Amino acid sequence: MPDLEELYREIILDHYRSPRNRGELPAPPAHRVEGFNPLCGDEVILSLEVVDGVLRDIKVAGSGCSISQSSGSLMSAAVKGKPIPEVRELIRMFKAMMSVHEASLSDDDRTAGGGDADVEPEPVDLASLGELAALQGVVKFPVRIKCATLSWNALVQGLDELAAAS
Amino acid sequence: MTVPMSSPNDPLDVEAIRKDFPLLSRTVHDRPIVYLDSASTSLQPRSVLAAIGHYYEHTHANVHRGVYATAEEATALYEGARRKVGAFVGAADPRREIVFTKNASEALNLVVNSWGRANLRRGDAVVLTEMEHHSNLVPWLMLAEAIGIELRYLPVDAQGRLDLCDLDKILDGARAVSVTAMSNVLGTVNPVPLIAEAAHRNGAVVVVDGAQSVPHLVTDVKALGADFLAFSGHKMLGPTGIGVLWGRQELLDSMPPFLGGGGMILDVALERFSPAEVPWRFEAGTPPIAEAVGLASAVDYLSAVGMERIVAHERALTAYTLDALGDRLGPDCRVFGPPAGGDRAGVFSLAYRDVHAHDVAQILDQFGVCVRPGHHCAKPLMRRLGVSATARASIALYNDPSDIDTLVEGLAHVGTVFG
Ligand SMILES: Cc1ncc(COP(=O)(O)O)c(C=O)c1O
Repeated sequence: MPDLEELYREIILDHYRSPRNRGELPAPPAHRVEGFNPLCGDEVILSLEVVDGVLRDIKVAGSGCSISQSSGSLMSAAVKGKPIPEVRELIRMFKAMMSVHEASLSDDDRTAGGGDADVEPEPVDLASLGELAALQGVVKFPVRIKCATLSWNALVQGLDELAAAS
Repeated sequence: MTVPMSSPNDPLDVEAIRKDFPLLSRTVHDRPIVYLDSASTSLQPRSVLAAIGHYYEHTHANVHRGVYATAEEATALYEGARRKVGAFVGAADPRREIVFTKNASEALNLVVNSWGRANLRRGDAVVLTEMEHHSNLVPWLMLAEAIGIELRYLPVDAQGRLDLCDLDKILDGARAVSVTAMSNVLGTVNPVPLIAEAAHRNGAVVVVDGAQSVPHLVTDVKALGADFLAFSGHKMLGPTGIGVLWGRQELLDSMPPFLGGGGMILDVALERFSPAEVPWRFEAGTPPIAEAVGLASAVDYLSAVGMERIVAHERALTAYTLDALGDRLGPDCRVFGPPAGGDRAGVFSLAYRDVHAHDVAQILDQFGVCVRPGHHCAKPLMRRLGVSATARASIALYNDPSDIDTLVEGLAHVGTVFG
């Protein structure tokens, strides 16, 4: 079952079984943001600590399927300690990877006819994504893309809220 | 209809039945489809599809309007479907007691909004159960928000049955009881006649959600002791887009309209309207005509096979499933709901180790197995069970032990992937 093996890569299962940066930070000073998928009940709670334009610490809590939980864990490992512009760039690349085949499905705003769908997806340099590239197999399972992007959308929301508050 | 049946006591011939369902001959991921999601929606036999096709090709016209031949024929088919569906559930007057709706949800909303708003006042109590589908919960919650009725709940015990110890206390002073005849999560068949009897003793009206029971059990509204019964066509081999509300004639007659529009009026002036007779009073706008034709054909199919025979087949397969899951997967697989027996139908909510239901369903899909992951529109019950989601397999007359064997094979593979 090659598709299945591509979805459930060893890295993904490892992050699912032993999630990195698990937990919560006291908020405040940390900023807390929740992501929720009402369809399946998956839930992610991010605690973000941004100091001097750097995402100094991040913790991930919540519950859900292997894809949503491992994606949150992989994300936390990838963005922790990075300056915000680099975090934003990583988010952009991750979302681009998720939308390679299903541009209209990858975004939360399901605008009918998907304006995005007409735009050629930018080529993604998978090598620069490191371990995150393991989540690429999800693209073949369109209904699961929402699981993979859950924590990333929460991160975007959190960063936007912090930017608006400062 | 190709099911060859000799004596009514012969067991159901699954192989012949499977040939009647075109969708069962397709493959998914290069494997034969194993359809185990009938609690969500059932498949349709060729005869139902043909009846709908034939209706559109030969008869289609609006009902209760034209005088030309096809309009007369369409009206006769539509009203004939009403009588057939009414007879199928034992209605005293099938011509007057059956209202066609969009689905079971709309039928329940009709009861809540028409009977409920006309009869309930602030503080009046309505009794539900902890295992209701959102369709038999949210409309009542909406009414509670709007006019302040009190909602009480019959609890669910550890085995997934209703705990009726305090039945009379909970019913005391209640104006209505609304209960599912069969749980769409646990497969529990509830003792509706007993609850209805107690409810009537307390002067309460009895609403039964038959969305799961009507397709899988012999239904007789008198034996149930129901005052209203709601169900959906698409779960009983019929098409989507049609549901049914059966109601006792005197009750329906006393109720105001629910939705307004064409077809539901006797007379309209600019200042007022007077509603039509029952059941048309509750059927605003052009009804689901082709769907009614399809539903009538589905009822023909179920009746030809025989509901008793279907019950026996599904009961045997339920016992086989519970044994297979228990014997071959052991403690790795948890099955919610009562053990095999007279009050256990073929709905199996599963938890495989601590693997999330989405992952279980995803792996099963690779085996061609269709099950539904999620909360099954029964979030309060899921909370009661202490899980956020389950993978639910459910059977119908076209399933056989080989389907269950594939399910078990797939579940074992979940163990391999998540090792
Ligand atoms: C017990 C129960 N009640 C009501 C419904 C609602 O049926 P429908 O979605 O056809 O309105 C369902 C369907 O899932 C059900 O299982």
